[in-house]
Amino acid sequence: MRLSKAWIVASKEFKTFTKRKTILYSSFYFEGVVSIGLPFVIRYIAGKTAGAVALPILLSAFSFLFVIGASLLPVTIASYSLVGEKVQKSLEPLLATPTTDEEILAGKSIAAFLPAIAINLIGALIFTTLVDLFTHNTLNSYYFPNWDIVIVVLLLGPLACLLAVGYNVLISSRVNDVRAAQQLGALILLPFVAVYVLSETRVFDLTTNNLLIMAAILAAVDVVVFFLAKATFQREEILTKWK
Amino acid sequence: MNMIEVKNLTKKFGEITAVDNLTFQVAEGEVFGLLGPNGAGKTTTIRMLCCLISRTSGDARIAGYQLGNGADSLAIRKLIGLVPDNVGLYEELSAYENLDYYGKLYECPEAQRKERIEYFLKMLELWDKKDAPVSDFSKGMKQKVAIARALIHDPRLLFFDEPTANLDPESARVVREFILKLKKEGKTIFINTHNLDEAQRICDRIGILKTKLLTVNSPEELEKRVWGSRTAIQVEKMNNRILAAVKKLKPKSLSVEENRIILTLADPQRENPDFVKAVISAGGRIQYVTELTAGLEETYLKVIEETK
Repeated sequence: MRLSKAWIVASKEFKTFTKRKTILYSSFYFEGVVSIGLPFVIRYIAGKTAGAVALPILLSAFSFLFVIGASLLPVTIASYSLVGEKVQKSLEPLLATPTTDEEILAGKSIAAFLPAIAINLIGALIFTTLVDLFTHNTLNSYYFPNWDIVIVVLLLGPLACLLAVGYNVLISSRVNDVRAAQQLGALILLPFVAVYVLSETRVFDLTTNNLLIMAAILAAVDVVVFFLAKATFQREEILTKWK
Repeated sequence: MNMIEVKNLTKKFGEITAVDNLTFQVAEGEVFGLLGPNGAGKTTTIRMLCCLISRTSGDARIAGYQLGNGADSLAIRKLIGLVPDNVGLYEELSAYENLDYYGKLYECPEAQRKERIEYFLKMLELWDKKDAPVSDFSKGMKQKVAIARALIHDPRLLFFDEPTANLDPESARVVREFILKLKKEGKTIFINTHNLDEAQRICDRIGILKTKLLTVNSPEELEKRVWGSRTAIQVEKMNNRILAAVKKLKPKSLSVEENRIILTLADPQRENPDFVKAVISAGGRIQYVTELTAGLEETYLKVIEETK
C-alpha cells in the first residue's frame, strides 16, 4: 500500500469538508458544548457547598464524554465521505484509477480519523484548562492533567474513533443516503453512552484500571471491525453489491 | 497490434450469466462500438475490461497485460481512461479540482497535470468556469469534464459507457466530435452505446451483444451480411409482365412496394444490368435504379429479433 496515494484521497476529502458547511458545523457542535459549555456547569457546581465532594465524580464522568466525542465526529465525516461518494456515483471512476482498494479505504479512514482526533484533542485541552481554572479554588489543586484524561483522549478516543470509522464503512455498503448513514452510524455511540450513564449512576467506576481494560476490549473489537470493513471495501463488492 | 484481446470471457452473478463466452479483438487505433439492449452485458463487459470486476472464466488482455493478475490490473488501469454512464464528479469541487485530483491519482507529474488541465478545459470551453463548483454545471458541461478526467493521464485506450445518453442534441454533437478528434489522434476507443446513428458515424467496427456476442463487423459489412445486397428498381407503372420477367431471373429475394421492385442479389454488379434489361424488355419504363441501404438501426433490430 502506498501511503502517498492514501494521502491524495484524504486530501481531497479534507477539501470537500471545508466546502460542506454541514460537516463543519456538526463536527464542532458537540465538542463546543462539551469543552466550553460543561466547564461553566462545573463552575456553578464548584460554587456550591458540597462542590468539593461532587466534583471528582462528575469530572471523571465528564472526561469520558471525549470518548463519545471521538466516536461521534467520524460518523458525520465518514458518512459524507463514503455514502456521499455513492450518492454522487463517483466510485466507479475512482476505482478505475491505478489505486488499490486498501489505499482508497486508508485515505477515507485518515480523512475521518485525523480531523476527529484533532478536534477532540483541542476540545479536551480547552475543557481541562477551563475546568482547572474554575475548580482550583474549590479543590485546592489542579484536577487536570491526570492519567484518566490522558488515557481517555490519547488511547480510548482514537480507538473509539477507529471503531466508528470501520463501522461506517460497514454501514455504507447497506444505505443509500447520507442521513440514513449518520442515523445508523450514531448507534456506535450507544455502548459508550451506556458506560457514561453507568459511571454517572455509580454502577461502574471509571478508574484508571477500568479505562485500560476498556481500551484493551476496544482494541480487540477494532481489529475485528477493521477486517470486516476491509472485506466489505472490495471494488467488485462496491460496484455490484453495495445498494 | 491488438489493444484488446478477449477470449471466451464470461461473467456470472450467482446463477445469472451477464456475459457469455465473449471473443473479439480491438486493434490499436480502432474505434469499437458495443451495441445491445438494456441488460445485455455491455457495462459488465467494460467493467471487466477496466479491472473493476473479476471475470468468471475466459481470458482477456489489454495491451498485452493479463486481466485478473493483480500487478497487471494496476498497469491496465494506468493506460486506460473510463467515462462511465454516470459522470460521477465531485459536485462541491470545481472542474479544476476534480481534474487535479484524478491527475494525482493517475500519477501525472505536477507540470504535466497543470498543462493538461488547462489544455482540456480551454478546448472544451470550460476554462472560464474552472473554479465554479461542478454542481452549477449543465449535464453537457459535466460530461465534458468527465471526458477530460478520463484523458488527464493521456491514456492509450478509452472506454465510453453511453457517452451521449441524456444529453441534448447540441451537447451530444460536441461529445461526438470530441470522440472523433480522439480517433484522429490514434486513440483506441471502446464505446457502449444505444445510439445507433452515433455508432455508425464513429465506429470502425461494431459488436452486437445480448449476453452473447451475436456479431462483429464494420457497420457496412454487417448490413450487407444481414440484409444481403439489395437493389431497388422504380418503374413508372408496375404490371404482371414486368414481375414475371424479373422472377424469371431468380433473384435471392423479391418484393414489390407499389411501383418499386426490391431485389436481394448475390452479385449486384454482375446481375443488375440483366434485371434492368428484363424490365425494359417487359415494357417497363425505369425511373431509377438504386442500391438499398437498411441503416444500422434496421440491421441491429433484425439481429436482435433473430435471437428471440
